[in-house]
Amino acid sequence: MATHATKLTLGPILFHWPAERKRDFYARIADEAPIDTVYLGEVVCSKRAPFFDSWLPEVAAKLERAGKKVVFSTLALVMSEREIEAVRAMAEDSGFLVEANDISAVRLFAGRPHVIGPFVNVYNEGTLRYLARNGATRVVLSNELPAHSLAALAEAAGNVELEVQAFGRLPLALSARCYHARSRGLHKDSCQYVCADDLGGMPLKTLDEKPFFAVNGIQTLSYTVCNLVQELGALRDMTIGYVRLWPQAVDMVAVADVFRSVLDGKTEAREGEAILSRHVDFAPFSNGYFHGREGAAYAQ
Amino acid sequence: MAEPLELVCPAGAPAALRAAVDAGADVVYVGFRDQTNARNFPGLNFSRSELRDGLAYAHDRGTRVYVAINTLPEAGNPDPWHRAVDDAAALGCDALILADIGLLDYAASHHAGLRRHLSVQASASNVESIRFYQEAFGVQRVVLPRVLTVAEIAELNAQITVETEVFAFGGLCVMAEGRCALSSYATGQSPNVQGVCSPASHVRYERRGDEMVSHLGDYTINVFADGEPAGYPTLCKGRFVAAGRASYIFEEPTSLNVIDSIPDLMAAGVKALKIEGRQRGRAYVSQVVSAFRKAVDAAARGEPAPACDLGSVTEGQRNTTGAYAKDWR
Repeated sequence: MATHATKLTLGPILFHWPAERKRDFYARIADEAPIDTVYLGEVVCSKRAPFFDSWLPEVAAKLERAGKKVVFSTLALVMSEREIEAVRAMAEDSGFLVEANDISAVRLFAGRPHVIGPFVNVYNEGTLRYLARNGATRVVLSNELPAHSLAALAEAAGNVELEVQAFGRLPLALSARCYHARSRGLHKDSCQYVCADDLGGMPLKTLDEKPFFAVNGIQTLSYTVCNLVQELGALRDMTIGYVRLWPQAVDMVAVADVFRSVLDGKTEAREGEAILSRHVDFAPFSNGYFHGREGAAYAQ
Repeated sequence: MAEPLELVCPAGAPAALRAAVDAGADVVYVGFRDQTNARNFPGLNFSRSELRDGLAYAHDRGTRVYVAINTLPEAGNPDPWHRAVDDAAALGCDALILADIGLLDYAASHHAGLRRHLSVQASASNVESIRFYQEAFGVQRVVLPRVLTVAEIAELNAQITVETEVFAFGGLCVMAEGRCALSSYATGQSPNVQGVCSPASHVRYERRGDEMVSHLGDYTINVFADGEPAGYPTLCKGRFVAAGRASYIFEEPTSLNVIDSIPDLMAAGVKALKIEGRQRGRAYVSQVVSAFRKAVDAAARGEPAPACDLGSVTEGQRNTTGAYAKDWR
């Protein structure tokens, strides 16, 4: 029974948290969270990677000792020679499962088992089948896809595992330009790491003060927090096997507990939603993409 | 004399195609009138018979035609995209511009002899990504995403054996193309799926006292003072408030224009220049294509670009060289 239950994963930390905070975060995940798989690595900005790289082996070992599967994620927007070298190095180090977040990694990971991350576009069966032939064993689907597309992909997936983003601010866009730096009148090269000022991203509002997005360096996220706790039953019925939680600056152990409990049928989805809303007090929930609407919408 | 850069020009309608051919385009790129291409705007693009006529007009005058089929096919509904590829091939287009891995795979296996170009929507920004598309699907040209500097483009071209095409003029995505869901977050419609960004169906202008307010869906994108021209509310060119300060946080309403950098792009090993604007009219196409024809030919002779005024056709009447200059970042 347990082996067939939907698995919970924790996506890589998208924000530039201090190294100590990341270490303590993962220590608590290892000890307390009902998470099956943890994705590690800097996905957003290669300038941040050196701050935590030296801690990664210890963190990965601790998570594995706690029975978690560990996956190393690549950068999402790969441009410089240094960034390409980092992906090549991950391809050569075969100790862990790896997640490709850029097509460069899809080429470099070919022929060995790997995960296709959410920053590679997989919108249809043709792409899914090609990537499976290339060696992908799991695909994290784009957050834009509505339920009927998820169902069609699940139908065609064969042996490939599918993962859906179910909690957290949604990654919406990447750019060569750093908007955190730009908001302070700085350029990316001399950014002074101002993205560290916002543990959950910098809120971006309209001129009418309506919250819209959250800026995270070169990345733009949704202001709303995606929450598919009420759609878990539908995902299970589609045979989607993995559900991803994106780390936010909230009690992620409590969040994972709610998702696990709802998946296990121990808590009603509606009650789970109520508990989550007590933990997420900084922004409203959204689930519009799943329901074929604008991503910011929340259908209850 | 060096070989001039190939000039790849937009046409959203048969009249624009003829205007581009007459103004000296080497290539005109077009799309079908449906969601299979990333400029799926009402009243725009080509039916099958319009494309047949357009191909005849262009080919008679030595101009090639590329067909963009560069949205991502919908799960469970591949037929419109497969049909678009089959029809473009049957009608005799000179190349397909594709973004989706599954569709590239389809085109490579069903129409192996037809040139395949990688759309900017595939966002191939480095040597390994480009090699992937070349090895896997025989892609012969890559349209580079608007994230690279000229120096980075030169480095890239030194390492690859496919042609590169870069954007030279027109609307400017500030996000990595094909990896942006801002539009669907606000409206439910995106470039990847429906082939539209900040769709007109969701645009609303509202007068508030002396000000004009532009909205996209439920969101205010900009507020204009009386007399200030109220620009189209493209999401990433809006004015937003961050940390208490209102600004064009993503990008000002500007147009890309590299007409003065053509020699640098030639030196960087670029093969072709792309002019954006399939949603623009015949006048825009004539004016921009003529100016670039002269500039590209002058650069090939080693001469400076002739003076020209494209101010009236640029967004916000302002120009930028965008990501091609490092300080843009």
